[in-house]
Amino acid sequence: MGHSLQPKSWQRTLLGTATSLAIASTGIVGFAGSASAQEATFKVGLVTFLSGGASGPFGVPAAQAAETVIKAINEGTLPAPYNTKGVNGLQLESVVIDEAGGPTKQVEEYRNLVQRQNVDAVIGYISSGDCLAVSPVAEELKTFTIAFDCGTPRLFPELESPKYFFRTGLDATADNVGAAHYLKETHPDITRVAGIQQNYAWGQDSWNDFRLSMKQLMPDAEFVDNQTPQIFQGSYGTEISALQTSRPQIVHSSMWGGDMEAFVAQANVRGLLDQATAVLTTGESGFARFKDQAPDGTIIGGRGPFGAFMPDNDLSEWFSKAYEAQHGVPPSYPSSKMAQALLALKYAADNSGAKGKPSNEQLASTLKSATFESVSGTVRMALAGGHQALQPMFYGEYHYSPETGPELRNIRSYAGACVSPPDGYDAQEWIKNGFPEADCN
Amino acid sequence: MLTIWAILIDGLIYASWLFLVAAGLTVIYGVMRILNMAHGSLYALGAYASASSIGWYYASGGDQLWIAFALLAGCAIVIGAIAGFIMERGILRLMYGRDEVLMLIVTFALLLILEDLMKLVWGTTPYFAYQPYAALGRFNFGVLSVSGYQIMVVGVSVVVGAILWFWLERTRTGKILRSIIHDREVSEAMGVNVRRMFTMTFVIGAGLGAIAGGFTAPIISVVPGIGVEVIVVAFAVVVTGGLGSITGAAIGALIVGLARAASIHTMPQLELFIIYAVMAAVLIFRPNGLFGQATARKI
Amino acid sequence: MMRLQKTEMLLVVAALALGLSSLISPDWLVFTSTLAIAAALVVMGVVMLMRAGLVSFGQGLFYCIGGYAVGLGGRFLGVTDALALVGMGIVATVALAMVLGLLLTRYREIFFAMLTLAFSMILYGVLVKSHGLGSTDGFGVVNWSILGYQPDPGHESATGLWLAIVLALAAALFLNRYFQSSIGLACEAIRENEVRVEYMGISRRQVLYINYVIAAALGSIGGSLTALTAGHVDPTMAYWTISGEFVFIALLGGTGHVAAPFIAAFIFILVRTYAVELFPNSWQLILGVVLLLIILFLPKGIWSLFTQKRRAEA
Repeated sequence: MGHSLQPKSWQRTLLGTATSLAIASTGIVGFAGSASAQEATFKVGLVTFLSGGASGPFGVPAAQAAETVIKAINEGTLPAPYNTKGVNGLQLESVVIDEAGGPTKQVEEYRNLVQRQNVDAVIGYISSGDCLAVSPVAEELKTFTIAFDCGTPRLFPELESPKYFFRTGLDATADNVGAAHYLKETHPDITRVAGIQQNYAWGQDSWNDFRLSMKQLMPDAEFVDNQTPQIFQGSYGTEISALQTSRPQIVHSSMWGGDMEAFVAQANVRGLLDQATAVLTTGESGFARFKDQAPDGTIIGGRGPFGAFMPDNDLSEWFSKAYEAQHGVPPSYPSSKMAQALLALKYAADNSGAKGKPSNEQLASTLKSATFESVSGTVRMALAGGHQALQPMFYGEYHYSPETGPELRNIRSYAGACVSPPDGYDAQEWIKNGFPEADCN
Repeated sequence: MLTIWAILIDGLIYASWLFLVAAGLTVIYGVMRILNMAHGSLYALGAYASASSIGWYYASGGDQLWIAFALLAGCAIVIGAIAGFIMERGILRLMYGRDEVLMLIVTFALLLILEDLMKLVWGTTPYFAYQPYAALGRFNFGVLSVSGYQIMVVGVSVVVGAILWFWLERTRTGKILRSIIHDREVSEAMGVNVRRMFTMTFVIGAGLGAIAGGFTAPIISVVPGIGVEVIVVAFAVVVTGGLGSITGAAIGALIVGLARAASIHTMPQLELFIIYAVMAAVLIFRPNGLFGQATARKI
Repeated sequence: MMRLQKTEMLLVVAALALGLSSLISPDWLVFTSTLAIAAALVVMGVVMLMRAGLVSFGQGLFYCIGGYAVGLGGRFLGVTDALALVGMGIVATVALAMVLGLLLTRYREIFFAMLTLAFSMILYGVLVKSHGLGSTDGFGVVNWSILGYQPDPGHESATGLWLAIVLALAAALFLNRYFQSSIGLACEAIRENEVRVEYMGISRRQVLYINYVIAAALGSIGGSLTALTAGHVDPTMAYWTISGEFVFIALLGGTGHVAAPFIAAFIFILVRTYAVELFPNSWQLILGVVLLLIILFLPKGIWSLFTQKRRAEA
């Protein structure tokens, strides 16, 4: 039955010796690799999805944004106040790691980044599970870490007295409280609301926050259905039928990426979006891609003033141009959020008062409770004891014409203090009690 | 009442998709006794091939729907057949005669390799070739609507099933294949060129998987990882229906499809387990699946 | 009996050496080693089943239960002793395995593999749906101690490693004896020819059942150790691709020797970590190619490179 593929005895001895040497040498390299990193550069570890379903809409755009911004930082071509070269004069070097594999693996990779590759800071994390797993490790290893995208409201309530871990993005609570406010202002007469969320923590949390907010702001609205397809299911025929039978006027969805685009296209063809208006809390990531698949009037959000919601300022104009020049498409919200995290790093480094490379403690104490300029306007690290960003939430209506392309109309914003609970409040309790201490002016 | 109609229609649509996906897998297993984990990757290959060809076609100004469909089916079949040929001749051939489960692991390795190869070739940006789907519109029944495209897919899977059945039952090649399914050694002893049959079977199975992906592409957003998502569902259907049986795959697909539609409309909490629950339930009562043949134990 | 003693002594020496090396190893290596040992424990369960001719794509089920037992025990029951948490995991797992084993031992080959996969995916589905357990985000593990000894900050990794080594050594010594025992040999006999075993009066189902339950317990210990080390549990632990990794490692090491899963686990974790670092965009490809090469050229696993047995060339 054909020749044998078994190696001959001398080949086996050779292979055996080679394998032993390989194992031994990785161990030795491991020891040696712990030597101190060079002094002339600041090494930042970037963790984002490079494989799997989250890579296309989020991970790779974020990695691309990092490329653009880091290049500009090192050349000193950013607009003021970031127009100095490098971070505190040091050239910025990056190491990119794939966020795939689950939280346990990410804990391992984080430790490798810090202890084996000797990075000076870590920026990353799109998945909430990874943020939750890595944040205690960041505190244990005393490493300056910025989460740029993960949206779990549990992050800081579960992290005791954080010193080194920061988040420059907003959470799912802000997204959904904002959505409820927008609906109250733009569609005050609706009575039937349905939802479709991916069946995992993000989808469950989002729907929960949205429902609770709507109960407070629009108590007459009735919740007729919520579909929970599996993440990455891709085809929503049955779910759309189920939604149609409940005849909603609004369909809320926290779905993202390919799932969101597929749902919108399918719902549009099936006529669901003629019957109801969709509210897509992460819709901005499809802004440049929907074309005529999303009907005019679809409500989309960008998780804050990011992507197409970026206000006009020097930084956002520079970023849009530079990103599009380098990557061919305008930046979506994950790209803007990564840019923001890098600007936070530069701010912390430049203002740390350190000579040479700032220490983790210096970076952390500089960013804590700081206010800095970003592509999204002014960012105040005002929540969670100075570790969580406070920014306004934006929503708008999507309109498309083949001549002029996509545009946002009827954009409204809600102050950070209106959509995020102040320190000391559990998010769900805050909403249920009618948003105490919220400031919506 | 509306719900019942919705369940039947949705169940049928989902079942037809399941059958298309599972048909190739069960044919390959029946003839070659290989449970091909890379089947999901072939599905994804077909999806990428058709999505990018349709995308290219419409971007360069084309607007003939029938050409888009020809591209969709054609590209998927071709790429599936080529990939299947390379896989069978290149790698699987080296493993014949070995443990069945070792083959499963080999196909797992191929899955890993193909996942990254596809990512390297097509990138991570989602491919969105919705034009054929949108073009076939919808049929309204009161509040409910049914997508024309999905109806067409039901038709395609019926046609595919019919062709497969006809081929296996009525043609000479089909009979030879059935004899190999029944007993490989005796067939070989009677002069059948089993190796050539294996290659042909694998290429056809791979092509079927790719076609399933090709026809699904206009509905979904093609991203890395869709192959992995599909495998477990395909396995469940194939095992429920009985490995190696086309009829089994069809019936298994119908049962799973209807069960799933019913659960989504009435008890959405069960949706995640319903497929596994159905499979486990069937296996408890019929350990070889609905139409599976118990293999004779060699003493 | 001399050979047995020698293997066992070598195992003890290796364990001590590994443990002592933690005094000079960098922290990340200690951490990675602990994870490798935990994985190897689960793989030992897979190997046990492979020796009986069964491949399980669902050891993740017990791995996950062991992990969640640690997490839940700490968070909701206030238990902080590591050994108690591991014990709780074992109890829960054995209870479930005793029920599932009744069903699963009726099946072989593909059906066994698929059913084990199905059950682990069912657990995955249940955990994802349970909002109270954090769904896909999982939750953190509390700070733990062993028999009252609380590791000082900075020594936590080393303590974890020692705990892993002790548990793994106990499992390895046990399995070494087990493989030589009548049950272990009966498993191999079942793999070769079931019907003859039945004719000899041995109950196949009973043998396979015991084998399955012990393998489950090993998987649980591995999961508990992983949870204690990584400090976090999440439903991904029950996803079928994780079980696939364990099968991968089992094949890498081969079923020839008790130490094989450990060596294979170390190699796998190191290869994967360096592949992720050096080829962030194609590490799956590398893993797949390595797996193929192993299967094609070393079907008995890496361990076959080290054995003295020479097989006659075909």
